[in-house]
Amino acid sequence: MPVRRAREASLLQVIWFILVGMLFTGYAILDGFDLGVGMLHMLGKTDLDRRLMLNSIGPIWDGNEVWLVTAGGALFAAFPGVYASMFSGFYLPLMMLLTFLILRAVSIEFRSKQPQKAWRLAWDIGFSLGSLGAALILGIAVGNLTMGLHLNARHDYTGGLLDLLHPYALLVGITTVALFLMHGSIYLVMKTEGDLRQRIEPWVNRAIIFFIMCVAATTMATLLYIPYVGRHFRAHPWMFVFALANMLAIANIPRAMHLKKEFQAFMSSCFSIVMLMCLLAGGIFPYMMISRPRVNSLTVFNAANTPHALSIMLILAIIGIPLVASYTFAIYWIFRGKTRLDITSY
Amino acid sequence: MTSATLSRIQFGMTLSFHYLFPPLTIGLGVIMVILEAMYLKTGDEAYQQATKFWAKIFALIFAIGVATGIPMEFQFGTNWAHYSRFVGDVFGSALAAEGLFAFFLESGFLAILLFGWERVGKKTHFMATLAVASGSIFSAIWIVIANSFMQTPGKPGQAYRLVDAGTPQAHLVLVHFADLVFNQSSMQRLSHVLMAAFQAGAFLVISVAAYYLIKNRHERFARISMKTALIVALLAAAGQIITGDLSAREVAKYQPAKLAAFEGHYAAHAPAGMSIMGWVDPAHRRVDYDLAIPGMLSWMLYGNTHAPVTGLDAFKKRDQPPAQVVFQTYHAMVAIGMVLMLLAMLGVFFWWRGTLWTKTWFLRILVVSVILPEAGNQLGWFSAEVGRQPWIVYGLLRTVHGVSSAVAPGEIVASLGMFFFMYVLLTFLFFYLLNHKIAAGPADPVAQAQQPNVPLLYHDRAAT
Repeated sequence: MPVRRAREASLLQVIWFILVGMLFTGYAILDGFDLGVGMLHMLGKTDLDRRLMLNSIGPIWDGNEVWLVTAGGALFAAFPGVYASMFSGFYLPLMMLLTFLILRAVSIEFRSKQPQKAWRLAWDIGFSLGSLGAALILGIAVGNLTMGLHLNARHDYTGGLLDLLHPYALLVGITTVALFLMHGSIYLVMKTEGDLRQRIEPWVNRAIIFFIMCVAATTMATLLYIPYVGRHFRAHPWMFVFALANMLAIANIPRAMHLKKEFQAFMSSCFSIVMLMCLLAGGIFPYMMISRPRVNSLTVFNAANTPHALSIMLILAIIGIPLVASYTFAIYWIFRGKTRLDITSY
Repeated sequence: MTSATLSRIQFGMTLSFHYLFPPLTIGLGVIMVILEAMYLKTGDEAYQQATKFWAKIFALIFAIGVATGIPMEFQFGTNWAHYSRFVGDVFGSALAAEGLFAFFLESGFLAILLFGWERVGKKTHFMATLAVASGSIFSAIWIVIANSFMQTPGKPGQAYRLVDAGTPQAHLVLVHFADLVFNQSSMQRLSHVLMAAFQAGAFLVISVAAYYLIKNRHERFARISMKTALIVALLAAAGQIITGDLSAREVAKYQPAKLAAFEGHYAAHAPAGMSIMGWVDPAHRRVDYDLAIPGMLSWMLYGNTHAPVTGLDAFKKRDQPPAQVVFQTYHAMVAIGMVLMLLAMLGVFFWWRGTLWTKTWFLRILVVSVILPEAGNQLGWFSAEVGRQPWIVYGLLRTVHGVSSAVAPGEIVASLGMFFFMYVLLTFLFFYLLNHKIAAGPADPVAQAQQPNVPLLYHDRAAT
């Protein structure tokens, strides 16, 4: 009986690891193109270009950010130990992230409210900078989680700010920027038409090349410097499916773009993000915050809530997630098609 | 200053700023539902026009609410890491429920409410409005449940059990989810918070409508909005008397130190009066300049003016909340509640007499009236949260023990400065945009029907 209990407990913990991972993946997919559009915003030549680009995310960017709140909430709900150590450990970077997100929101709201060139330029810069900064910090955080941090016996972070800006973490940060640039440029092609669309199309290819270079560098650096990440892949070679599927998805993007199937290209990009998150999760599991020394690490099993709390939340999730998924899909369906400006636009 | 003090300042500041916005959206949600239901029922385009206008205001307030809400959730982890570890097993499920059942509902359907008039049918649109209003209320439900657990965790074995007591790893685990949801104070406090939110939304509408009436602009729209909001304001003010009484009884029963601080009642075991105003003198443990009805609190709670009420002296010095702050914020809140009741009654009375629309002096008061419920909401939360001190989870974890040990005071000073700067910017943004929308007024339905979806290009000098 105790063995069965323990097995049920660890199953619940793994389920919640996957659910929290799904929420962060959802956030990466949705706010990923938002942030990408923000970073590309300054490439729009005329004011009309920029307004069309901004309004391509107009009705949805706010909702996409809610995914970050929910993913953070779910992390708190299921793994409070990880939530506490991660958020207090990444104190200043997270405060910077908040600054960038608020700056971005303010810029979106302000930008089109006054006609002066300088006014619009200032908020355009705010929008781009906020988007770039947010993407970079999110990536740096992922890099640090992969690489490991100094935690003490109470799992509190003992390093400083400069430790978080390790070259490997910066590399993952830049890779994330590249990923969102690619994702956002494809989204823009999907949402624009005519002249603007033709000017955006070459950005996609450049972004893909940039992204592939970053992924190659990150992969090599990971295998060289952080060998523990590869151990599950060596033990279970089937897990290379994720890497293979990721490559195929990325390779499909230029093909689909060439065939003018931009929706397929966008789906490939989404799929690529899912595969990258699977690679990340497969690499670090069961660690959620790996520590130096290793014994102080937070894992899926030592940082999770009790099985009772997890099972109650699982019931809530089983009711809630299909509801959220269905109406999110319905809303995107209602707002499908090309972006046009009207009286309600930014 | 210590990390704990700085973290409290930061949390207090960011929460106060955040809490200016959600009550307005909760109240506006109800009013939009009523207006759009009237549109469906009567087909009168004026109701649709009113719904559209308030939806725009709602969206602005909601956007600032989201932007200021993310720091709230982050701070549990960044500044209150030990608190998060201590309470995570119990607290987590309420936050997860808020995310799953409230946030997505509100933010997702808001897109349809705002941008979907031409894309979905009338009834679907109404359902979207209903979803947005429900989402904002669901959010209040779960967050008040979580906060109420911090106020009244109940007995061990109900909602929680304490494990590893006495060690640094001491933490709570969830026992009965139902006891968390229906804890000793959650339903009383929820009803009180919702009524206050309905008042905030209603008085926002009243203020703007009164402004238009004085200026003789958008008269039809202003009258429709004013009537709807006055009814909501009157019902909520009446409800507030009941929920306020329920809340006070709950506080008396489960948080006697807070109740004693509300009234500046020091004597450990004596009948207590009810002050109208006064100035607490903690050194001499009394209230100066006290204007009080003797025995009133005893009578309200126990139906007997001589019934003893537990006073602050019954608690060790280190377990007492700061009485002055709690006393003043509580009494200011109650006073505001009375004024709001009076304003709503006068408004309905003048409306019934038919003189409201031209009674300029009264309309002028109404223009600024939205400040009152906003202040009342802030003061009420101050008295509730400061009254819980020195505990972060009442009787179980002290506030100073909840703070993160990985964060240095200097880092908090940096983030405080950052929040201050960003919130000044947000305040400016909010008033700028609100003013912009109020100056523009509701869109004229006739003009809009003639020119659907005109690209808004007249500002685009760079485009030509």
